[in-house]
Amino acid sequence: MIPERLVNWVALLGLLAVPLWAVVVDEPFTITLVTRAVILAIAAVGLNIALGIGGLVSLGHAVFFGIGGYAMGILAYHAQTFTSLNLIGLVIPGTKSMPVIWLVAIVISALAAWIIGLLSLRTSGVYFIMITLAFGQMFFYFAISWSAYGGEDGLSIYVRNGFPGLNTLVPIQFFGLCLVLLCVVLFLNARLQNAPFGLALNAARQVPTRVETVGLNPVRLKLVAFVISGAITGLAGALFADLNRFVSPTMFSWQLSGELIVLIIIGGVGRLYGPVIGACLFVALEHWLGGLTEFWHVYLGLILLAIVLFARGGIIGLLTGKEGAHV
Amino acid sequence: MSDAILQTRNLKKRFGALAATDDVSIDLRAGEIHAIIGPNGAGKSTLIAQICGGLAPDSGTVHLMGRDVTQDSTADRARAGLARTFQISALAMEDTVLENVVLGALGASGRPWQFWTRALSDRSLTAIAEAALERVGLIDQRHMRCAALSHGQRRQLEVAVALTLSPKAFVMDEPMAGLGAEGSHQMTALLDQLRAEAPILLVEHDMDAVFALADRISVLVYGKVIASGSVDEIRSSSTVRVAYLGEEA
Amino acid sequence: MSTLLIIEQLLNGVQFGVMLFLMAAGLTLIFGVMGLINLAHGSLYMIGAFAAAAVAGATGSFGLALAAALAVAAIAGALIEMTVIRRLYGKAHLDQVLATFALILIFSEGTRWLFGSFPLFLDIPDALSGPVTLPGGIQYPLYRLFLIAVGLLVGLGLWALIERTRVGIQIRAGENDREMIAALGVDIRRLYTLIFAIGAALAGLAGALVGAIQSVQVGMGEPVLILAFVVIVIGGIGSIKGAFIGALLVGLTDTLGGIFLPELFKLFMEPGAATQTGSALASMAIYILMSLVLVWRPTGLFGARA
Repeated sequence: MIPERLVNWVALLGLLAVPLWAVVVDEPFTITLVTRAVILAIAAVGLNIALGIGGLVSLGHAVFFGIGGYAMGILAYHAQTFTSLNLIGLVIPGTKSMPVIWLVAIVISALAAWIIGLLSLRTSGVYFIMITLAFGQMFFYFAISWSAYGGEDGLSIYVRNGFPGLNTLVPIQFFGLCLVLLCVVLFLNARLQNAPFGLALNAARQVPTRVETVGLNPVRLKLVAFVISGAITGLAGALFADLNRFVSPTMFSWQLSGELIVLIIIGGVGRLYGPVIGACLFVALEHWLGGLTEFWHVYLGLILLAIVLFARGGIIGLLTGKEGAHV
Repeated sequence: MSDAILQTRNLKKRFGALAATDDVSIDLRAGEIHAIIGPNGAGKSTLIAQICGGLAPDSGTVHLMGRDVTQDSTADRARAGLARTFQISALAMEDTVLENVVLGALGASGRPWQFWTRALSDRSLTAIAEAALERVGLIDQRHMRCAALSHGQRRQLEVAVALTLSPKAFVMDEPMAGLGAEGSHQMTALLDQLRAEAPILLVEHDMDAVFALADRISVLVYGKVIASGSVDEIRSSSTVRVAYLGEEA
Repeated sequence: MSTLLIIEQLLNGVQFGVMLFLMAAGLTLIFGVMGLINLAHGSLYMIGAFAAAAVAGATGSFGLALAAALAVAAIAGALIEMTVIRRLYGKAHLDQVLATFALILIFSEGTRWLFGSFPLFLDIPDALSGPVTLPGGIQYPLYRLFLIAVGLLVGLGLWALIERTRVGIQIRAGENDREMIAALGVDIRRLYTLIFAIGAALAGLAGALVGAIQSVQVGMGEPVLILAFVVIVIGGIGSIKGAFIGALLVGLTDTLGGIFLPELFKLFMEPGAATQTGSALASMAIYILMSLVLVWRPTGLFGARA
């Protein structure tokens, strides 16, 4: 069996090598594809904090992905139309600066996660799944009916937003930016997992009664995890919208929420690199199977069924011979 | 106020027609082991849940160190110094033994909101945790996964987690459950020492252990305390004999 | 705004609610007895609609189409229960979510492969088309009244099944204690397959009935599924009565909100902005309702207190 650390390093090096190779042979589309995988990985790392450590099966994480996307879309739209956002007397100018957009995406998603978490965590188990799914749908329909920002058609941004010192229009530079963010998020996740908070959260997933009897509040631990999780997924949403230079209500769709969970289960639940490996495989499958047949979702479904029924630890579990966290 | 560390006054809890707890007033004084015995279905678990905060009584109060904690949550009571062990081990099975006790130390420290430092590198936590493991004799197993522990070791770990809270009072729900003769013997010796640290409210089926350990015994039948007194008084009580011990003879 | 319009919208809300009830009843029954969260319930709704559209297209008979919807959905339900769902009982919710999500992918793409991406249309039969005049002079589509009647009849039938038959006794026993009914000699595997098939048939029926007033297309099931979840959260998991009340509440809130909220905002806003704000808010109305119920009673109106 292969040590997990080795699997992780190979994954990370592969993420670096493939786009560099693509630069050499001049295949920008491959870079875009890998960038997509990296961004989805960031979103899934976010979800994995709630799901893998906290045991919160959120089927509504597209909410935060979408909020991140619209944070980018709305700010950039106002910047490109030279208008400003009028929020009940508060006039906010648009911006094309990525760091500002990211900050807004993170703050608003965290706020949304706090409100949704506060309501959803009044319950647990199946109720939690259904409620997060329902909130996702609420945002989806809201985005459709919100005609000021494109409604069903979404918003197009003509030029990718900028980052000081970089030319983000060059695919490999934007990719590098995303990869750095993925590493930052993974590092955060690793620290958090081993910190007192991670220890307590991990126990709150397994035995909430125990956590209570040592004087901690498991619901509050899970709420904070949900907020951190939502904020990271929100950041990924802003990047995703920037990659496509487009945002639409589909970023809020329940399918996307489902796919984020799928990424994690393919890689391995509760593992640091599970979302990364899952995202890479997912994008590869999507590209490869999607090229072979129009109906590739049938095969994705069959693969997923096989993993759930026969390979609970996901790919990392298969490679390392260890099962993942039990959620 | 008496010198009771833990005290219930007129606790009542009904489930439909069933009086699960019927006017229970007991107290736990410094330095003692107070055993609660009673046949199955006597309402022992319901009583523990009301004392520790999982279940709200219909009426009556629970006082800890003279303070009314009846409305407090389980976590608040734990922070106030009430340490509980479970009949069926409630441990994080995927985690190591050390991580389980560090969780206790973390709860006692009241500082779970640290996202950056390594929990297992924090000496203020691990020192307490390792001392507790030393007390129960699990220090050599500290890096084992909890799931790999024997049943007896899990019972010891339960006590170790309770110890990390530096409690004012213990509430132990059948710590002897499922232990063999040897295990019971060890556990009895451990509890015997612990009473000096904090008094123990001991719910137990193992009569040998109860008679060996208890300073006082209260007998619970159909949610009511039918007798309360020293070991000898309970042994010789005819009420108890009929209602409870009689069934076993 | 006239009384006539209000009554018409009330009826629309009831009709929508009754159809949601058909979905929610199956979901809540399956969860109550087998402890399973089934995301693929929306696929069964879609399968019912496609079966009905295909049979109606071939035979021209609406009655046959409904029968086909019931039969095909029930058979599909029984099949997936025996092949996949059965392995998920007692497993983690995450596994159930993922496996049934996989089933959605397979069913949706499979249907697209069989029928193509273009919507099919299922016509309302002549005998049920056109408006009727209700007491008070209200003109209302006969077919929608028919839907309300069917939904109420199914609700009544379900109640009778659970309260008055042997199978119902077994179902109620299954909700309380699995080992007990196994000990009583009931073949629990057959019972589970039966319950799943009943739930599937109800979903299929709803799909076919609604298919005649909307288009029949891939992906039609999931929005309804999520609304059915909202219904269950409001009504309380495992409660058929809760599903019924919850479904009516959701149906009425959604329908009335869409009509009246924009009007309400017009009272103090300029018409354009009022329409926009009102309809944006209306799209969120049922979720706000759900949130309020959660704050008030986390386990739903008729759910067991956890």
